[in-house]
Amino acid sequence: MALYRERGVVLRTYKLGEADRIVSILTQGRGKVRAVAKGVRKTKSRFGGRLEPTSHVELQLYEGRELDIVTQAESIDAHRHIREDLDRLSKAIVLLEAIDQLAQERQPAPQLYRMLVGGLSTLNQADSALLIPAFLLKLLAMEGFGPQLDGCVVGGPQDDGVDLVSFDLDRNGAVCLDHRRGVPIREESLSVMRAVLGGGLSTVLEVSAGPVTHEVDNLVGHMWEHHIERRLRSAHVLDRA
Amino acid sequence: MYEGPVQDLIDELGRMPGIGPKSAQRIAFHLLKIPTPDAMRLSEAITRAKERVQFCQRCFNFSEHELCLICSSASRQDGTLCVVEESRDVVAVEKTQEFRGRYHVLQGCLNPIEGIGPEQLRVSELLGRIDGEQITEVILSTNPNIEGEATAMYLARLLGPLGVMVTRLASGLPVGGDLEYADELTLGRALEHRRAVE
Ligand SMILES: [Zn+2]
Ligand SMILES: [Zn+2]
Repeated sequence: MALYRERGVVLRTYKLGEADRIVSILTQGRGKVRAVAKGVRKTKSRFGGRLEPTSHVELQLYEGRELDIVTQAESIDAHRHIREDLDRLSKAIVLLEAIDQLAQERQPAPQLYRMLVGGLSTLNQADSALLIPAFLLKLLAMEGFGPQLDGCVVGGPQDDGVDLVSFDLDRNGAVCLDHRRGVPIREESLSVMRAVLGGGLSTVLEVSAGPVTHEVDNLVGHMWEHHIERRLRSAHVLDRA
Repeated sequence: MYEGPVQDLIDELGRMPGIGPKSAQRIAFHLLKIPTPDAMRLSEAITRAKERVQFCQRCFNFSEHELCLICSSASRQDGTLCVVEESRDVVAVEKTQEFRGRYHVLQGCLNPIEGIGPEQLRVSELLGRIDGEQITEVILSTNPNIEGEATAMYLARLLGPLGVMVTRLASGLPVGGDLEYADELTLGRALEHRRAVE
């Protein structure tokens, strides 16, 4: 059995037997890795709280046939502000679920890893209404589902300069009044989405919660279901608090 | 795959928490090998427990009656509730002999990725008890892992406006352990909640 070291973010954990857990980790170099953490549920485990979802860790693992085995774990960032704030924690769990849906086992995905580490550390610094939709939109673009936000996706160049009023999920783009179909959308929401995809993320994260953030959040959620064909189960579980 | 009843037994055992296919097979073979009366005793114990044990109508711990022994005891202190995830946590807290109030068993914890939200837990029942039993303090004793903490933070938000004192079990260093092995979060919290030595 080979021993290796990896950096990674814990995506989820599953109870195993009396005191163990299977930990699913997105690693920097090997994609998603599933490994057994022995004794981690005991209060005196040497892993302590390092192998909880959202933790960014440096690991030493033994390579196994199906499951690897965690032999050492050191924290890079425990993301304390996420762990101790319900709103941020709920958001972080959605980020983890989205990454979990995209990452494949043992297939290197350094871009996903960078996105996740960046997303979590941004969230750990400050909460933001558009953090999740911005993150999901960037992931969609990375997966080849970047929407067309400039010009009507139905009429094409002929419709240049017209007002865009709705969004068509099938064609994955904004639509003008003449070709109106899909869900209605505000111009402000489109410009938020353009900013996310055009390098203006930091200003987007300062937009405070309101009808626009709500609309973007909804639309991006629908885009995710439409293109990734999976629902984000964790998205609204804790909303009613 | 084995024939009918053998495979049925393996399948049923394999549904138990923490029992994988290999263990299920080992236990099934063991049960088939032992004398019939021994196996029947197990089967009867399961039947009897299923018949007699229910959930306490008030705290949702296991109980042989409508109200469990703790809920119906006159010697327990009124006004304080210790909220735990599972019945086994009641046993753990009882062993400390430090708590004289009563319990509320959530029967699980929030787990957003698994789609487990407050409706799947005994949350509304907990809220109903605050007024009904004139509770003054709720001690949130969910597990110190991410699901347990999410559950505690969620409950704290719901309980806050009800004017009840909400506390959480302290995080700290395990007695008998070495400081150098403590993770940053645990050590950080232990430092933050340090106390004067008398
Ligand atoms: Zn058009
Ligand atoms: Zn009871």
